[in-house]
Amino acid sequence: MAMDQKELRQWEARCIQEEMPRCTAACPLHVDARAVCGHVAEGRVNDAWAVLVRTMPLPSVLARICDGPCRTACLRGEFGGGIDVAALERFCARAATKSPRMAPLPRRKGNAAVLGGGFAGLCAAWDLARKGFSVTLYGPRPAGRLAAPTDADGELAAALAHELETMAKLGVRFEDGAAPGVAADDAAGAARWLSDRSAPGDAGPDAAPDTFDAVFADPEAVPAALHGLGPADPVSLGTLAPGVFSGDTGSGVPASPVALAALGRRAAASVERFAQKASLTAGREHEGPVPTRLYTNPAGIERAAPAPEPEGGHTEETAAREAARCLNCQCLESVKNCAYLAHYGAYPKVYARRIYNNASIVMGTRHANEMINSCMLCGLCTELCPTNFDMAGLCLMARRDMVQRGKMPPSAHEFALRDMAFANGPSCALARPAPDGGRTELLFFPGCQLTASDPGGAEAAYAALRAARPGVGLLLRCCGAPARWAGREDLFAESLEALRTDWRALDAPPIATACPTCAATLRQALPEAEILPVWGLLGAAKTGEATESIAEGAGTAKSSGIAGAGAPLAVHDPCAARHDEPARTAVRGLLAGLGVATVEPRLTGKHTECCGFGGLLAEANPPLAAKAAARRAAAADQDFVTYCAMCRDMLARAGKRALHVFDLLYPRHADPAARPAPGHSERRENRARLKDRLLRELWREPGAPPAPHEAVRVRCTEEAAQRMEERRILISDVQKTLLHARESGAALVRADATSGRRLAAYRPVSVTYWVDYEPEGDGFLVHNAWSHRMRILGLDGREGRGASTAGDGPRTYGIGARASDQRGNE
Amino acid sequence: MSTIRVPEADAAGWRCACCDCDLVLAPVELEYMGSHFSVELPACPQCGAVLVPEPLALGKMAEVEKLLEDK
Ligand code: SF4
Ligand code: SF4
Ligand code: SF4
Ligand SMILES: [Zn+2]
Repeated sequence: MAMDQKELRQWEARCIQEEMPRCTAACPLHVDARAVCGHVAEGRVNDAWAVLVRTMPLPSVLARICDGPCRTACLRGEFGGGIDVAALERFCARAATKSPRMAPLPRRKGNAAVLGGGFAGLCAAWDLARKGFSVTLYGPRPAGRLAAPTDADGELAAALAHELETMAKLGVRFEDGAAPGVAADDAAGAARWLSDRSAPGDAGPDAAPDTFDAVFADPEAVPAALHGLGPADPVSLGTLAPGVFSGDTGSGVPASPVALAALGRRAAASVERFAQKASLTAGREHEGPVPTRLYTNPAGIERAAPAPEPEGGHTEETAAREAARCLNCQCLESVKNCAYLAHYGAYPKVYARRIYNNASIVMGTRHANEMINSCMLCGLCTELCPTNFDMAGLCLMARRDMVQRGKMPPSAHEFALRDMAFANGPSCALARPAPDGGRTELLFFPGCQLTASDPGGAEAAYAALRAARPGVGLLLRCCGAPARWAGREDLFAESLEALRTDWRALDAPPIATACPTCAATLRQALPEAEILPVWGLLGAAKTGEATESIAEGAGTAKSSGIAGAGAPLAVHDPCAARHDEPARTAVRGLLAGLGVATVEPRLTGKHTECCGFGGLLAEANPPLAAKAAARRAAAADQDFVTYCAMCRDMLARAGKRALHVFDLLYPRHADPAARPAPGHSERRENRARLKDRLLRELWREPGAPPAPHEAVRVRCTEEAAQRMEERRILISDVQKTLLHARESGAALVRADATSGRRLAAYRPVSVTYWVDYEPEGDGFLVHNAWSHRMRILGLDGREGRGASTAGDGPRTYGIGARASDQRGNE
Repeated sequence: MSTIRVPEADAAGWRCACCDCDLVLAPVELEYMGSHFSVELPACPQCGAVLVPEPLALGKMAEVEKLLEDK
């Protein structure tokens, strides 16, 4: 099910990156001091000033007089002293050469009166005008503390004059006289006037009185004692008279200018709510100074001493120095450590929204498909995130939803799912009790990636287990993880059911896996089975006295002639072992038992990084997978040793020297850390050959007869082989195409007939393969191959030869694009 | 359905081995994810065998496939 609005908000709330930095949260007006610092540090004074103008009422005034309560909250305070934002604001007010234009709004919101020109009153009038109210301000300005002569050189007075002019331009009407009945110490008169919120109009005593929708009484000019409507409610600033708001809450007028400004802002917000008949109190906990959940990792922050404001104010240079001390507080804990999260340029909160929007698209392009399919589902973010945001859960949910609604791009996971089907198919899958029969006490489950990557290692481990104990059966197949990662719960259930049937038929014993992903998957999906990581068992077999004989042929790292033996190896924990502490410990124990010195890479144990294979990233987004692998490869200078065949191969492909534990337990190569990762076709062959060999050698059973296409002899040029690997074209795809060309005679030839080069095409199921080849002996030399998914239906208006019913559609044309061999699809 | 012409489609230099005749450009119907196109491609005038050249398959065709998959 796609998430709904409410779930989206829950996901979003989990990510704290958009929470305010401490400075902004502490600022009564929530000025973006972080942005101000960023601009000033880079010399962009006008941009910094624009930030202030956007947020502050009477910015030229407030920027000069703010007392900077943000400073004591600033994170930099713990590392040399809080940023003096107030001084930077003074600098901006003086040094800015340009102010953003302030467009007057159509005055449609209603009429408001402000009684008294203290700073709170001025700020309220400013905000109301900006909101689109018609505002009348009564009384002399400035009033209250702002009127006190503190400004020797007149800079502040000039700034005030400037902002009053701005207010006039915004449509604020100034009435120099006091509001009727208020100036005279006539509380009763004031109360009466305020209660019906109407004042005699300008046009003379006979004109209709001006009536106001709401009134705000400035706390300095018109305190409660004067208006007589009681102390104001601290949240709404409401008084006994509906629509009359007062800045006097009974706890004294704030001394802080920015607090006065915030009071004016609160009043303006109340007036607006009152005019719109909205609740005066609901949802107002975000106004004024608030706590913030933003987490900023203090690791690595160095102390930096303040750049004090010189006499007469900052220069560009001193301001930039002070601003540069700002830590640009952010969380991004997961983004900093995940190639995927960093790649898409934002952070989980934004991604949650993109995923939600992606699912809501009815017509048009779903731009987030690739993003959803690129998460490695590795769970690192959840570990690192201060609020445990589960990006893997979010992406997996989105994938399942896409699958359910038929919106999953078919190409994203098809190759991996075909590979899984192959591993679970007759060529590779095998379930047998121990070769010497008897009850199955333990079932070895090497995992389909190990048998693809290192069939010899899997075979050796099986031999070691059998030598150490009786009744060790073998189960060769896939755990179903690719289906799960692809969001294909249908395929996963099917695969699991077959696995469960095999397991039951073999007396339902404990399962020893050599793959951390299989372990995690089976533990979750087959809870009735006991899942043991094989490492502990193999370690025991290796070091145990009684089992010394089984170690024959196996060496220790020191004796195996491994290049650099004795040098410590960095242990790479596969991401699937993130929550498998026993496996992580067992592997380290096993390595210690082998005399291997180990070190830990950057990010290890439950904080380990994915190799780039997880979640089928390598299928959905190969370049990003390569990036993730390269990133992991750089996490240690030493050679890696790991216990996941896929991790080993991903790291090897990234050019990193990497070993599988089996390379140490069962040394078979001169320099196993440099052993190349097998390609897609080789991986399949490795699995199939292993099954065939074990069947014949251990159980004395014949292997399956080869499919017809397997008899087609094919050699590929180096270039062709490389292209096929990149394009995910298997040797078997090429063989099927060539078999079809041979049987049907359908092919294209070069017109000049100088070369024997031919071109054949074939579409086994959902991909059309093209092979550029020439006959070579009784086989073929392949020069190139490419593919497309689009179907060729034939020449417009006529049927082409080769029309036939193919796997996925009614008619398929093309040169002999006929699925002549449905059974050999894999 | 108007026929799309693509620069990657070039009939020159290829013959159909079965019919022993030169390929010529002809409108060919293509389909993916339920969308149909008519594209001018090299084809055998006799048997209708079609050529999808490598640059077309890996370029424009792949782009359109991705676009349709994300629709
Ligand atoms: S370091 Fe910068 S962003 Fe962080 S609290 Fe201080 S001023 Fe704000
Ligand atoms: S207005 Fe004052 S409290 Fe707010 S950020 Fe600026 S200096 Fe800090
Ligand atoms: S790749 Fe791993 S760390 Fe990154 S978002 Fe996905 S689950 Fe989290
Ligand atoms: Zn032909």
